[in-house]
Amino acid sequence: MESRKKMDKRLIDNQLFWPLFALAVLLVFDFFYLKGFFQIEIVEGHLYGSLIDIVNRATPLMFMSIGMTLVIASGGIDISVGSVLAISGAITAIMIGGDLVFVDGVQHHVAHYPMAVAILVALVAAVVGGLWNGLLIAKLGVNAMVGTLILLVAGRGIAQLIVDGNVITVYYEPFFYIGSGFFLGLPFSIYLVAAFLALIMWLVKKTAFGLFLEALGSNRVSSRFTGLNVQKIMWACYAISGLCAGIAGIIVASEVKSADANNAGLFIELDAILSVVLGGNSMAGGRFSVIGSVIGALVVQTLTTTIYAVGVPPEVTMVVKALVVIVIYLIQSQMGMKTLKTPAASAGEGALKAGEAKS
Amino acid sequence: MKNLQINSKFVPLLITIGLFLALFAAGSVSYEGFFSMQVVLNLLVDNAFLIIVGLSQALVIILGGIDLSCGALIALSSMVAAYSLSHLNLHPALAVLAVLIVCSAFGFVQGWLITYRKFQPFIATLCGMFVARGLCFMINQDTVPITDPFFVTMATTRIKLIPGAAISTSVIIALVIVALYIYIAHFTKFGRAVYAIGGNEQSARLMGLPVDRTKVLAYTLSGFTSGLAGIVFCFYMLSAYGLNAMALEMDAIAAAVIGGTLMTGGVGFVIGSVFGVMIEGIMQTLITFQGDLNSWWTRIAVAFLLCVFIVVQRVLVLKREAKKRIRPVEFIA
Amino acid sequence: MGTENVLVRMDGICKEFPGVKALDNVDFTLRHGEIHAVCGENGAGKSTLIKVLTGVEHNESGKIYLDGVAISPKTPMEAPALGISTVYQEVNLCPNLSVAENIFIGREPIRNGKIDWKEVNKRSEIALAKLNLKLDVSGRLDEYSVAIQQMVAIARALDISAKVLVLDEPTSSLNKIEVANLFRIMRKLKSEGMGIIFITHFLEQVYEISDQITILRNGQLVGQFETAKLDRLQLIAKMIGKDLAEFEKTIKEDVRDAGAAANEDAFYQARNLGQQGSINPFDIKIGKGEVMGLAGLLGSGRTESARVIFGIDEPDSGETEVDNKKVEIKTPADAIRLGFAFCSENRKTEGIVANLTIRENIILALQGKRGMGAYLSHKEQEEIAEKYVKLLNIITPSIEQLVGNLSGGNQQKVLLARWLATEAELLILDEPTRGIDIGAKAEVQKLVLQLAADGKAVLLISSELDEMVRCCSRMAVYKDKQKIGELKGAEISEINVMKTIAGGQK
Ligand SMILES: Nc1ncnc2c1ncn2[C@@H]1O[C@H](COP(=O)(O)OP(=O)(O)OP(=O)(O)O)[C@@H](O)[C@H]1O
Ligand SMILES: [Mg+2]
Repeated sequence: MESRKKMDKRLIDNQLFWPLFALAVLLVFDFFYLKGFFQIEIVEGHLYGSLIDIVNRATPLMFMSIGMTLVIASGGIDISVGSVLAISGAITAIMIGGDLVFVDGVQHHVAHYPMAVAILVALVAAVVGGLWNGLLIAKLGVNAMVGTLILLVAGRGIAQLIVDGNVITVYYEPFFYIGSGFFLGLPFSIYLVAAFLALIMWLVKKTAFGLFLEALGSNRVSSRFTGLNVQKIMWACYAISGLCAGIAGIIVASEVKSADANNAGLFIELDAILSVVLGGNSMAGGRFSVIGSVIGALVVQTLTTTIYAVGVPPEVTMVVKALVVIVIYLIQSQMGMKTLKTPAASAGEGALKAGEAKS
Repeated sequence: MKNLQINSKFVPLLITIGLFLALFAAGSVSYEGFFSMQVVLNLLVDNAFLIIVGLSQALVIILGGIDLSCGALIALSSMVAAYSLSHLNLHPALAVLAVLIVCSAFGFVQGWLITYRKFQPFIATLCGMFVARGLCFMINQDTVPITDPFFVTMATTRIKLIPGAAISTSVIIALVIVALYIYIAHFTKFGRAVYAIGGNEQSARLMGLPVDRTKVLAYTLSGFTSGLAGIVFCFYMLSAYGLNAMALEMDAIAAAVIGGTLMTGGVGFVIGSVFGVMIEGIMQTLITFQGDLNSWWTRIAVAFLLCVFIVVQRVLVLKREAKKRIRPVEFIA
Repeated sequence: MGTENVLVRMDGICKEFPGVKALDNVDFTLRHGEIHAVCGENGAGKSTLIKVLTGVEHNESGKIYLDGVAISPKTPMEAPALGISTVYQEVNLCPNLSVAENIFIGREPIRNGKIDWKEVNKRSEIALAKLNLKLDVSGRLDEYSVAIQQMVAIARALDISAKVLVLDEPTSSLNKIEVANLFRIMRKLKSEGMGIIFITHFLEQVYEISDQITILRNGQLVGQFETAKLDRLQLIAKMIGKDLAEFEKTIKEDVRDAGAAANEDAFYQARNLGQQGSINPFDIKIGKGEVMGLAGLLGSGRTESARVIFGIDEPDSGETEVDNKKVEIKTPADAIRLGFAFCSENRKTEGIVANLTIRENIILALQGKRGMGAYLSHKEQEEIAEKYVKLLNIITPSIEQLVGNLSGGNQQKVLLARWLATEAELLILDEPTRGIDIGAKAEVQKLVLQLAADGKAVLLISSELDEMVRCCSRMAVYKDKQKIGELKGAEISEINVMKTIAGGQK
């Protein structure tokens, strides 16, 4: 009993310690090099400050990293999330649109369609996108990277089609609340993440979904032989990933008050994957930690914010970002991975491969 | 019987070739002027650099990894070449050498991180991609033309095959590299070790294969090959810009997969990538012939064709796999 | 014991894994021209001992000498160079490569700067012919059964001319004929002065072939003995570290009665079930409370039948009835819903999930059956896992250990536990005791008979005929992908099975 507790504890240490450590190091750096980084002011009952700002800006990425974690755990990858984000943003923007009308000299905002309907349609579209990925990958057995590549390419085209190549600006005040409103002093979107995370954690920890997912990601053949509905689980992962991207798209659109089908969420899939990996997850699938990925997303956002705040010239930002990621990862692989990456883990990978090749 | 069985491993490749012919036939029926030797040769001319990185991508994927840095390395190659030619006034041969050294170094570092520091290939090469793109902009943020006579000659020379159909020098370079890769993949110990590692790394290790060395070498080779592709790219564009060859790695990966290479590693033919590239090229050509598509319809059309292709290929392969059985054996009494 | 003629000497080897002392100050000596068996229960440290020798694992202390020269291999790459050729416990070959390539990879003959594929194929055919095996060497390895894969691994090891040959449970899925072939070659190599380390759980094989026996228990050396001077009972007693009487009791005739008590109610019945190319249509009936055996040589269609019954391979002919109701079984999930369980012979790729813990592996099938919503509480999971860990004597520091870190035999036990935990009505066991030590083997056999006595149906496949004879109340005999006969009750004996195979062509 005692030893079990100890082992459990060690596992948690492994998974979450290093992402937290990386976050802490970045924050300590910021503390010393950036004046007023930790200052939090209260303006009109809202909390303001760099920290709050980072969390707020990270929300779309956090959402996507949650979905991406599940997909990666299943042994796949979803590179279409950026395009799904663009689609969802485009749909919400075009459906809400918004006109400024003066009724008796008072400003009124009128949406083309009710906001709830617009959001619902956007989310449904995003989930459909995810299901499409699921169809290719789970049902037809197309490789995940290639399968989602199709939606990556097509999705942006579809998003452009929806907005007819224009940048659509939204004039509808209530919609802005999602991305830039405050609730009880904190940005509203943080509550959205928290609620969604809670839901996913419930799914992963309180139902057998998490166990099935880890089994599937570690050894697909044996999961099938054990009677798990491998396809259904994979569908679910891609659908959730689509949903996450859809929510992120709405938040982004609300934040910038417009939809830019060309640039919204461009290359964000890379940040999402980085978040997952910096969260201590293996891209080979199997064991995963959603919380780790969310922390990973915070690390990525903190890094991005820091790079801008320090005043790194724009042409060097990518280099700096890459180098910091390498250093973080080096430290992780040096200390943390020792226990994570046992020979057994690689045996599992081998088995997975054999499975995929066959199925 | 025996011959049939040997052939079975070529089936995905044959399917790819068959589908290429089908696409070509479809194009010839639909569009006037499509059915010509030059259209086919242009596929090679316009995609020579992609064929080259398609090969290295296939090998790395067979190894069980991935190389996302190849597009960025092509951009970096052209930038390094342009810079050493115009700013350092280097001899073209030295410029080429500089490119190959830089790219090999990139590949080596990525391979080292993956092999000895247990980086996931996706992450290591993603970082490599960021760094390479960043370096481009650190060298120059604008488009740099390449005016060196050697490069210009290479770019403009056309070799007539038959009247009315010509290829560029780049195509010759690409074909030589194709031959080289076939040799490496199928007739050297290194190549076979790559397949073994892709099949099961742990087993390869236990069988006493030089796993670590092979992995580092494969990534270094991939970097080197990206450099070669970069030079061919210079011949094609005669200019350098940090955003050139954007997302080319995805085309290379798609080419490898279309060509029958399995992303899970251990299975595939490098030659498949050539046909993968040709298929991607012919899709582009079809869209060009269609002519009246705006940018988003082009995207959707590309994705649609890619999708149709992948699905058809998958269905054909699935059908074949459903028939796969445990092989019979004989016991000699 | 002098020092003359010593080939390998390992002195005071220690090796620790988190929570386990796998080797604790173990000495080992192998001489030229000697076949040396290493015996011990599952998890005793046998595989670890040879992995230290070949450089897969690194000992914390102790010295290794080869021909009197101290060596310390850092990677398995060095072993062949030193003259050590190894067949590891799990099949460690590349499934994606051809059979020929698996035999030759890393040492392919080069001609004109190219690998000489013709030569590779030719020489691998010869290497396999030495094992009396003829097959298409250009076929992918994973198109062949596990047993053939094991033979290929052996062929590879034999083909590497070495001073030391290490065989870690090479015979676990081979039947008598193949074992005899292997032994013939081993004797020849021995006469040429090679030293052979042979690990097995089959005691008769130990006595048939070995000269010396080293016994390990819980990572400690019990001792080294001359085979001729150590009788079977002593050997067992030393291996399990307790008296034999209680152990012997476990396998007894009375259990046979349980099988005989089988009632006529068929739990499962199939007519004309088959799949083109893999197994010809066959009829089968498995009654409640009976142990039905599938006997036959390697590749005769036993495993294929089981796979079709369980829905892994979708049958293309025939109809099935469960409890006298017509059913369709197209996927394993269908079968499991109907109360089936299937313990695969291929534990590494089709069985265990190496990255999950023992607890998770054991409850996986049960949870799958219950569905996603009805998640077993952590406490229930622990109880189930602890129960089977104890029942099957799984050696582990904790039920939270990753299964990939267990010894081969213990992994097999976990796999078995997974299916026992589902409390299935029909248990299909394909080589359930592969790699399991004799104590646990008896336990498993007892369990199988107990299950039958409780009214469950069991379908048993085993390459060990005596195990089949001991457990089965009825037996279907297969040959060349075809069911050729059935034996019942008193007809069941090793001789009759062999006779049926030899005579029957239907
Ligand atoms: N990589 C590992 N990590 C942790 N523990 C390990 C590892 N490899 C082996 N062990 C432990 O070391 C002990 C000895 O294992 P070993 O594989 O040598 O047993 P064995 O005698 O070969 O057993 P079997 O008959 O089942 O093959 C076992 O308790 C096993 O759980
Ligand atoms: Mg062992």
